[in-house]
Amino acid sequence: MSILVDENTRLLVQGITGSEGSFHTQRCIEYGTKVVAGVTPGKGGSKHLGVPVFNTIEKAMAETRANASLIFVPPAFAADGILEAIDAGMSLVVCITEGIPVLEMVKVHRYLKDKSTRLIGPNCPGVMSPGKCKAGIMVGDIHLPGNVGIISRSGTLTYDVVSQLTSLGIGQSTCVGIGGDTLPGSTFVDILKLFQADQDTKAVVLIGEIGGTMEQEAAEFISHKMTKPVVAFVAGSTAPPGKRMGHAGAIITGSAGKASEKIKALSQAGATIAPTPAEVGLTTKKVLENS
Amino acid sequence: MKIHEYQAKALLAQYGIPVPRGKVASNPDEVREIAAEIGGKVVIKAQVYAGGRGKAGGIKIVNSPAEAKKAASQLIGTRLVTHQTGPEGVLVSKVLVEEASNVARELYLSILVDGTSRWPVMMVSEAGGMEIEEVAQSAPEKIFKSYIDPAIGFQPFQGRRLAYGVNFDGGQIGEATRLMTNLYKLFIDKDCSLAEINPLVVTADGKLLALDAKLNFDDNALYRHKDIQELQDKEQEEPLEIQARDWGINNYVKMDGDIGCMVNGAGLAMAVNDLIQYCGGRAANFLDIGTLNNTERVVNSFKMFIADPRIKAVLVNIFGGMARVDVIAKGIVEAYQQMDIPFPVVIRLAGTNLAEGQRILDKSGVSFIQAKDFYDGARKVVEAAKGVMK
Repeated sequence: MSILVDENTRLLVQGITGSEGSFHTQRCIEYGTKVVAGVTPGKGGSKHLGVPVFNTIEKAMAETRANASLIFVPPAFAADGILEAIDAGMSLVVCITEGIPVLEMVKVHRYLKDKSTRLIGPNCPGVMSPGKCKAGIMVGDIHLPGNVGIISRSGTLTYDVVSQLTSLGIGQSTCVGIGGDTLPGSTFVDILKLFQADQDTKAVVLIGEIGGTMEQEAAEFISHKMTKPVVAFVAGSTAPPGKRMGHAGAIITGSAGKASEKIKALSQAGATIAPTPAEVGLTTKKVLENS
Repeated sequence: MKIHEYQAKALLAQYGIPVPRGKVASNPDEVREIAAEIGGKVVIKAQVYAGGRGKAGGIKIVNSPAEAKKAASQLIGTRLVTHQTGPEGVLVSKVLVEEASNVARELYLSILVDGTSRWPVMMVSEAGGMEIEEVAQSAPEKIFKSYIDPAIGFQPFQGRRLAYGVNFDGGQIGEATRLMTNLYKLFIDKDCSLAEINPLVVTADGKLLALDAKLNFDDNALYRHKDIQELQDKEQEEPLEIQARDWGINNYVKMDGDIGCMVNGAGLAMAVNDLIQYCGGRAANFLDIGTLNNTERVVNSFKMFIADPRIKAVLVNIFGGMARVDVIAKGIVEAYQQMDIPFPVVIRLAGTNLAEGQRILDKSGVSFIQAKDFYDGARKVVEAAKGVMK
């Protein structure tokens, strides 16, 4: 098993005809993902990369039974794209786009209330279940099927952690990039719940960073609800306060936003803290050997 | 994005929120004229992108136009050091001259987007003039909050609830409700990330007045607010950060070390800086080149390193995903062709199109130190910066 995406995922790509959309759709197809539809308004009826393109998600879902959507729409239009996917009843929406205004995401979250759609991102690398489905922009060949679940606010740091794990022979059940924005569609807690319930996930690696309180909320969940071991790393120990470190959400505005506070909360909750970002793989190996 | 207090107050006034009578000035003579025009006691406030001005001597109360001129001449052109600035402080090039208010009560009012509920939240407290975080820790029961459903916006009942909560009375209830409604409208219209009036005062004659104001804006939404973009005062920002933005590198933060870093992805870039420190070095910057696949940004990153005299060595750490390693490699080769690189460069590449990228670098004949992984890169660049490795 795995979470969110697997061999039954039928992926639709919003913004499939754009340059980033094209490049990464091609990579998803090469990885073996079933990309069944693309949506670009005005290009309906054509084919792109061998995939049928539709004007609307509603039409695409009716004709292809797509059950997950991957969004590469530019930031000014991406929130509208997410809303369209939610409205069409898509069960999983993964939004790669970086730079969506926060107040647009406030609207999206309001609309998501009482809907069954799960949103991952925006500003994220996507979701990957190795050997089954790649719904995102992550590098395919660094992954290995296995039993460690990964949740991260970062993209490339996750790739590094994945390659550390793979080189130690530790495979992954699913890797979920929840994104670097202030209002992610899914939080650490949302994904920890899924990993806790997933039979094939034996341990979880959590990659946090400065800003917000999501790591503290994760710590709360880990200490009360999680029976599986968690390995954690929090990036930004050296980040100065008040400065936005690339990600919209990575800014220390209060003491809770500091890496040291997050590490303390996760450690007290029983997570094993990797001493450096380069030792997440080794730390996970030790945790697996001792569990 | 931040703006100055005088600009924030002008926006508040446009939205019908009462602010003290005043004008901004950039030289002492202007200050004297404005003080004479206002008459009586006036307040001279240094305009800088930092809080803590009062304690740092950036706010002066004076009794005459002559005193106003003198106070202004002690502020304008100096660098103000507050607890929020570094030891180098920030330049004061403008002051706001305002009529002094007769203050009976000081309160706190703000709106921001709450990360947990994902709704905007209006917060009000009787502890005006204090930083809200301190109040939240010492006396959380003194903060009254109303979460605002974005589907219907801020409602009058919420205003009344908050206004009664902080013991407004009589006509102040309606006045405060209107003020909060207007502030919410401004917050939404202009894509603010923070709208804060601290203190919001009640004057001796019972009127509400925004004595100080802070508006921050969502960088992601600036594309649809040209008017706000124009308010930016580049003098208030770190020159290297302004330079980076002019060269298309939006995610650059100056740090206090001597190792230049070029990384793709914000999380990895933070982790690289952390790891450099762990290995005994200090990063000179945070630099996420982002995902745009062109060589120009890579070349410009090298220009940044050359523009920064502190740099002793550079670490390039790229894990290609959306960014492609071959494009980065081409950029590095172009940088070497265009400029004389005076410091050792450690390069670690992985990910999308790695083989092609490595081939481009190897074939180019440029001299660099190859790192096999993340840790190796950090260790080698720290050694290189200490002059151990060339």
